[in-house]
Amino acid sequence: MSALPGSAEGTAVTGLDSSPVQPPAADLPPLTEQTRLEAREIIARYPQPRSALLPMLHLVQSYQGYVTPQGVALCAEELGLTKAEVGAVATFYTMYKRRPTGRHLVSVCTNTLCSVLGGQRIFDALSTDLGLHHDETAADGSITLEHAECLAACDYAPVVTVDYEFYDQQDVESARALVAALRRGEKPHPTRGAPLTDFRGVSRQLAGFDQYGGDGARAAAVDAEGAIDPTLAGLRLAAERGEAAPPMPHPGQPPADTGEPRETVAPSGRTGETPEEEAADARVAAADNPAERAGAAQAHPDKGAEYGQPRGRQRAGTENPPAAEPATGTTPPTPNPPRADGKA
Amino acid sequence: MPLAPVLTARWAEPQSWRLSTYERLDGYTALRTALSMTPDELVGLVKDSGLRGRGGAGFPTGMKWSFIPQPKPGETPTGPAAMPKYLVVNADEGEPGTCKDLPLMMADPHSLIEGVIISSYAIRSHLAVIYVRGEAVHAHRRLVNAVREAHEAGYLGRDILGSGYDLELIVHAGAGAYICGEETALLDSLEGYRGQPRLKPPFPAVAGLYGAPTVINNVETLASVPFVVRGGSDWFKEFGPEKSPGPKIYSLSGRVVRPGQYEAPMGTTMRELLEMAGGVRPGHQLKFWTPGGSSTPYFTPEHLDVPLDFDSVAAAGSMLGTTALMVFDETDSIVEATLRFTEFYAHESCGKCTPCREGTYWLVQILQRLVDGRGTAADLDLLTDTCDNILGRSFCALGDGATSCISSSLKYFRDDYVALLPPEEQARLGRSLRLEPVGVAS
Repeated sequence: MSALPGSAEGTAVTGLDSSPVQPPAADLPPLTEQTRLEAREIIARYPQPRSALLPMLHLVQSYQGYVTPQGVALCAEELGLTKAEVGAVATFYTMYKRRPTGRHLVSVCTNTLCSVLGGQRIFDALSTDLGLHHDETAADGSITLEHAECLAACDYAPVVTVDYEFYDQQDVESARALVAALRRGEKPHPTRGAPLTDFRGVSRQLAGFDQYGGDGARAAAVDAEGAIDPTLAGLRLAAERGEAAPPMPHPGQPPADTGEPRETVAPSGRTGETPEEEAADARVAAADNPAERAGAAQAHPDKGAEYGQPRGRQRAGTENPPAAEPATGTTPPTPNPPRADGKA
Repeated sequence: MPLAPVLTARWAEPQSWRLSTYERLDGYTALRTALSMTPDELVGLVKDSGLRGRGGAGFPTGMKWSFIPQPKPGETPTGPAAMPKYLVVNADEGEPGTCKDLPLMMADPHSLIEGVIISSYAIRSHLAVIYVRGEAVHAHRRLVNAVREAHEAGYLGRDILGSGYDLELIVHAGAGAYICGEETALLDSLEGYRGQPRLKPPFPAVAGLYGAPTVINNVETLASVPFVVRGGSDWFKEFGPEKSPGPKIYSLSGRVVRPGQYEAPMGTTMRELLEMAGGVRPGHQLKFWTPGGSSTPYFTPEHLDVPLDFDSVAAAGSMLGTTALMVFDETDSIVEATLRFTEFYAHESCGKCTPCREGTYWLVQILQRLVDGRGTAADLDLLTDTCDNILGRSFCALGDGATSCISSSLKYFRDDYVALLPPEEQARLGRSLRLEPVGVAS
């Protein structure tokens, strides 16, 4: 994930050595007093100053296109850290670039799902066309090419992003056309997301500032739409089939008025009953008083179908005894050990 | 089981991400209800609802909230109870296959914000942070806009809706590190360090952000909270099994006709979901799939009827994870798929723990030579042995997750590995299968 100690990359980014692998471009805009004021504005957002470091590094990239030695120094000065401490953080994260980037960052997802659907072919084709490997920049400074890990858009696979805006369901030819347009200085509209700006603009947004320079343009970016068929696939199917969630008992009312519970819709797999029967049995068993019990029994699916009756579901294993476990009064579920997937 | 849109119900509305749309569709009514309750009543309500964390581990949300040390009436608080409390939203979606939180934040960011306000009130926090994945710029853009709208409308800031309750909400962008989806690594990252996991205990509920009591919840979890408040716990429990109820966003991707987000009650089966998504692409058959992302052991066609809830999936030998259902067919090489996932873990290992840092590196080398046809008979056991030396031997779950795809593919598809061995190596295993490698790119 980070540079190997002692490597050329490592010395360039630790901040201990102020000379980058590639000397800064002659036209590199300097960080100014304005940058410093913005850095202080970021710091003021947080209870503790150091929390501002990640947004500050985005800010540095918004001016210079990568994390420069000057940017590392600025962050270190403003936060009272050593340059080594800042460099250690900057080198940890993929989005902080250690060499000058092109105007646009083209990222091709080559993780498994995108890869089998063509993502690897897209990356290979672009790489060959441009003569660029991962994390390399075209000589004209138009684009930097990289392969990316999962971009959380698997339902739109294979995906390419430009400055992290989505170009969904790409293939080799569409990706080639996209890159060719970028190199001509055009900005093809993302298939999902806001009008393309550039890598520095997006970095400014990630630092928590407006990259659009005005309310109108910002609103247009927020409201930019796109093709989102996979996002809506389930919703549309539900409408087509007339399926819906159980209605809330008294919408908008305090939860004390929970009203009559309706039919539950999933089996526990333990009783051999349909979910409706199992839930209804459990409610009957759990009822506190005879009146409640009668009410619960009245709502039992054996009395007639109501919402949630799965279409055509067969009664399974009806010879088994009815549920013995009450629906309430059980101990809370035992949590799984917190190691499911690296997530909380 | 039928589709049951709840969290996704507003997504098709014009400008669903705007406050005006959200308010028109019952938005922020749950907040008014919640502010009329006491924090303890809210914690009790969420406990009763059975809501479990949607980030992968399935920890009961109300219980997590109740672990936050609170001052006792009539006593001067000391220790953690005297410290500020924080709510941190884990919006660092990056587990391969997982793609539910980004669409939610793009389409309905106010539902997350309303959930954040209610949950912060319940744990008596006055500062919440949404840690959103840096690459998710469009979601970030809409979140930032929604926070601004909520502020201007009086849902955030001082004296929210005249209740006397104050809350500030920061949208904080990450910078590209899968490990920051691990809650303690996320906290380190939010504090401005490299995102590396912390030793637990102490758990974040006692010593989290800035060493203070902190709740970290996933996006989908928090977006569920307003519905729990509006519908009540009994209504919420109408969805799915008693011990892991609620509506759930299932994300289907890969070799299916209509990939996308399908919201259905917990406990819906893959057979039902595949049918909704139009099935596996015509002319092909399901070969393997993940129930909850790349860190959850593979399932096969024999698992099509496993109810996809936390407990049923665990009983069947995998994990519900993030309900990221990646579908692969008979043209896909499971060994190559596993190599890709393993390369991902090797890239994303933060380097803190030796077994994970070194183990994932060597797993890539072994899998690569198998895919290249240079493997040996001993490599299959070496893979298992390496996995055994990673699993359970690191601070966080990243290393554990890295072994899932390898162990499960060896369990269900060992012949696919053997088929990649040179003939003389197959002979050493005592059985020449004469199998052709499947789907390996030449």
